[in-house]
Amino acid sequence: MKTKAEYALEVEDLSIRFPVLQSSVHAVDSLSFKVARGEVLGVVGESGCGKSVTALGIMRLLKSPPAHIVARSVRVMGRELSTLSEDSMRLVRGNDVAMIFQEPMSSLNPVLTIGEQIAETLTTHRGMSWRMSLARAVELLSLVRIPDARQRIDEYPHQLSGGMRQRVMIAMALACEPKLLIADEPTTALDVTTQAQIIRLLQELQQRFGMAVVLITHDLGVVGQMAHRVVVMYAGCKVEEGPIQEIFAAPRHPYTVGLMRSRPRLGSSVNGLRRDRLLELPGHVPTLAELSSQGCLFAPRCVLATDKCRNETPPLLGRDSNHVAACWRSDDLGSLLKPLSI
Amino acid sequence: MSRYRQLSSLFRTHPTMVIGGLILFVAFSAALLAPWLGTVDPLQIEPMKRLRPPSVSNWFGTDIFGRDVWSRVIYGGRVSLIVGAAVAVISMGVGLAIGLVSGYLRRVDRIVMRLMDAMMAIPAILLAIALMAITKPSVGNVIIAISIAEIPRVVRLARSMVLSLREEVYVQAAITTGARLPSILLRHILPNMTAPLMVQGTYIFAAAIIIEAALSFLGAGTPAEVPSWGNIIAEGRNLFLLATWIVLIPGLFLSITVLSINLVGDGLRDLLDPRFAKRI
Repeated sequence: MKTKAEYALEVEDLSIRFPVLQSSVHAVDSLSFKVARGEVLGVVGESGCGKSVTALGIMRLLKSPPAHIVARSVRVMGRELSTLSEDSMRLVRGNDVAMIFQEPMSSLNPVLTIGEQIAETLTTHRGMSWRMSLARAVELLSLVRIPDARQRIDEYPHQLSGGMRQRVMIAMALACEPKLLIADEPTTALDVTTQAQIIRLLQELQQRFGMAVVLITHDLGVVGQMAHRVVVMYAGCKVEEGPIQEIFAAPRHPYTVGLMRSRPRLGSSVNGLRRDRLLELPGHVPTLAELSSQGCLFAPRCVLATDKCRNETPPLLGRDSNHVAACWRSDDLGSLLKPLSI
Repeated sequence: MSRYRQLSSLFRTHPTMVIGGLILFVAFSAALLAPWLGTVDPLQIEPMKRLRPPSVSNWFGTDIFGRDVWSRVIYGGRVSLIVGAAVAVISMGVGLAIGLVSGYLRRVDRIVMRLMDAMMAIPAILLAIALMAITKPSVGNVIIAISIAEIPRVVRLARSMVLSLREEVYVQAAITTGARLPSILLRHILPNMTAPLMVQGTYIFAAAIIIEAALSFLGAGTPAEVPSWGNIIAEGRNLFLLATWIVLIPGLFLSITVLSINLVGDGLRDLLDPRFAKRI
């Protein structure tokens, strides 16, 4: 692990399929992306577009069978994960890569104290004694701003609020100072004020430890606050990728535009009257079995779709390699859709 | 004082459980204190006093060899309770170990569960008789035979719980922290199974007592010289019209003990998982 890798995470051509009756469906279709060291990459998309499956696939947490995972390469800090034995993979989890889950209510074991749960990671990976691990757990709890950490350490998850539990999860994830943190919708189950606190905490800790973060969410606000770059996913494919400012200022894929338009904005209603209607994307995400192999996957829901879109799959292209989108009509997007305020 | 209050509030909410627990407590105490409860040697034969009905000197009468039925029943309780407790502990321990591994490692599961299905296809009592037929009759062998017959039930229960618990987010989260397999099974999954296992344990306890009595009654259980409830009933069977007490007294002890264990089991179930609580 001493190699100076440029990227914390490199995913090349990751495909995840699930068998359905005789055939199989693509949950993720040849997805590639990279996360530089210390970078925060936001992965956004509707429910069911393959965000979480991607995270689980990287961690090799999907049971195979049924899942069928193929990747040219999945590297963490330059180290190939896809060929590791299950035992070496176990040593990577929690040590090099950590993960936070969506539901803090169910991601802590109800019968173990939070101290025990944090300390276990340390004894597993660092070979620390139980007493030392517990002492370190107290430090980690104060790090994630849990007051009275020394007392809290002996409490059970049911004694904590949702926000507190998510902080405990973060403390667990950071225990071994991983180089990469995968946060799967870390704020979705929390109320709005708690969300903001958790995001601020994550941001602060990310900077402090210089971790790379893969932030999976469907909340563009969260991405806007924290991410440096964004990958937009639709139906298991990457449809757009670029730096956060560019994506927000000049999206190059109609799906990204749709996502941003369907966010409610402050000041969009006056005296109870909507100034502009909240826009929704027409139609629904195709079920994985409905996906056609021809043409743009988004074409059936796209107002700009032409015959070309329906027949030929658009490649990921852009003016520069930083900001790419899989759309035949990227260049017409600006003129057809009015500029958006975020 | 607070202990007393706890008990009285438990009595109000789960009266049958407290009653069952008290009976069970008395049964255990009697078995433990057998030599001091006005008993004589349960094996002592007195041909002059055979088949005496209950009296002041022989509270529950005597059997065909003139042995004191009270003493035999109290000492018999020792055998029954030891067999029940030992079977509960052994079958739970072994069944749990198999069930945990089998529920988590799918490859092991296929083989193990087919074996368990095959064992479940044979009624527990028949399996126990068959196992006793290939060994010498002794209390130890009875315990082993009944344990083997009960193991598949524990395995099925444990396995089904592991199958649902392994999908819990906190187990997935434990895996993402790199926890070892034994730690996942023993620290993250097992403690979440305690409540249903405790309840199952009491039912096995009760079932083991009945199976032991049935085995002894059929002559395939504890050796004839051991005063177990099943043996006493078996010996009294031919004399039922002459000396009803020899069959009735141990039968009564047997049913009340089993009933009290089941009451405790039902109470535990309701107490530990209020969702399944049934009001009587």
